[in-house]
Amino acid sequence: MLNYLWAGMILIGVCYGAVTGNIAAVGNGALESAREAVSLCITMLGAVAFWVGLMEIAEKAGLIDKWKRGLMPLLRFLFPRLDMEGEAAGYIATNIIANILGLGWACTPAGLKAMEALEKVEKKRLGVEKLTRASKEMCTFLIVNISSLQLIPVNMIVYRTQYGSVEPTSIIAPAIVATTIGTVVGIAFAKAADMAYKD
Amino acid sequence: MQVLGELSNIIIPAIIFYIVGYGLVSGVPVYEHFIKGAKDGLGTVVGLVPTLVGLLMAVGILRSSGFLEFLAELLKGAGEWIGIPQEVLPVILVKMVSNSAATGLVLDIFKNFGPDSHIGMLVSIMMSSTETIFYTMSVYFLAAKVTKTRYTLAGALFATFAGIAASVVLAGM
Repeated sequence: MLNYLWAGMILIGVCYGAVTGNIAAVGNGALESAREAVSLCITMLGAVAFWVGLMEIAEKAGLIDKWKRGLMPLLRFLFPRLDMEGEAAGYIATNIIANILGLGWACTPAGLKAMEALEKVEKKRLGVEKLTRASKEMCTFLIVNISSLQLIPVNMIVYRTQYGSVEPTSIIAPAIVATTIGTVVGIAFAKAADMAYKD
Repeated sequence: MQVLGELSNIIIPAIIFYIVGYGLVSGVPVYEHFIKGAKDGLGTVVGLVPTLVGLLMAVGILRSSGFLEFLAELLKGAGEWIGIPQEVLPVILVKMVSNSAATGLVLDIFKNFGPDSHIGMLVSIMMSSTETIFYTMSVYFLAAKVTKTRYTLAGALFATFAGIAASVVLAGM
């Protein structure tokens, strides 16, 4: 899937650029973006190292277990097959909490650790050395993540203030409603797909 | 706004204080664990560099070719029919591949129409209730070293469209 998406973006971009005479911009865009990716990674290095460091303390001190217990009903509902004592459940709980609090840079590290842990779980379940296909848990986790869980859209409120909004925070309530609707629909989809697929 | 601004300023220091304090009280060697975790995190990011270069390059090509504007123009009629103004369509399309590029478009809308206009409200709500689908999928699935993503994309698009539809309705109220 990702292969086609990736190739599709590049091939369509180059062809469309050539047809409309934007081809020089396409070349610049490609190189500029590659450079941008590296500077993004440099920014990420600090933030991710920082949050994973804190997460390690939280884990060893038993905090992640505490968060996990708080979210247990939700986790059990979303991931009925997952062992709640395992590390995957803890990272998923951390990711969900960080998302809700709007801690952008903390979500990604917890999410990545969760995916790594889910990979181990699925490999063990299937008894294979190398995994190519996503597990149901991974699909559900990604769908819930992409549906956006953030409660207070802090960045948007800041931009609105900068551009002279009379009531920058007036979007909080509708944003919470829209986010909730998206998330509920995403969960319903994941649940339906979960039932439709045998494995 | 004041309270909220204060809250968002306080939240990160408060979390740091809480985690480190809790660890110390629980008798955990906090500094050693922090270093161990930080090292672990660095490894994860280094593993991400090739993916991000590949992904952002593809996004860069698509954006600079002007194809997304063309697509937005193409979908204009359909968009207006379901209540999405034509200025908003490029934001929806761009947001799927790049958050920062979408933010740029939103700021343009704020400048031209004002953040409190109908369009301004609509994009504000929409940006707050959707995520960058392709970016999140690529990065997360790379961490799990998985190539067959099954129904994730369908589910993610479904959830995103539900969020957009809700934004359109709510902004019209």
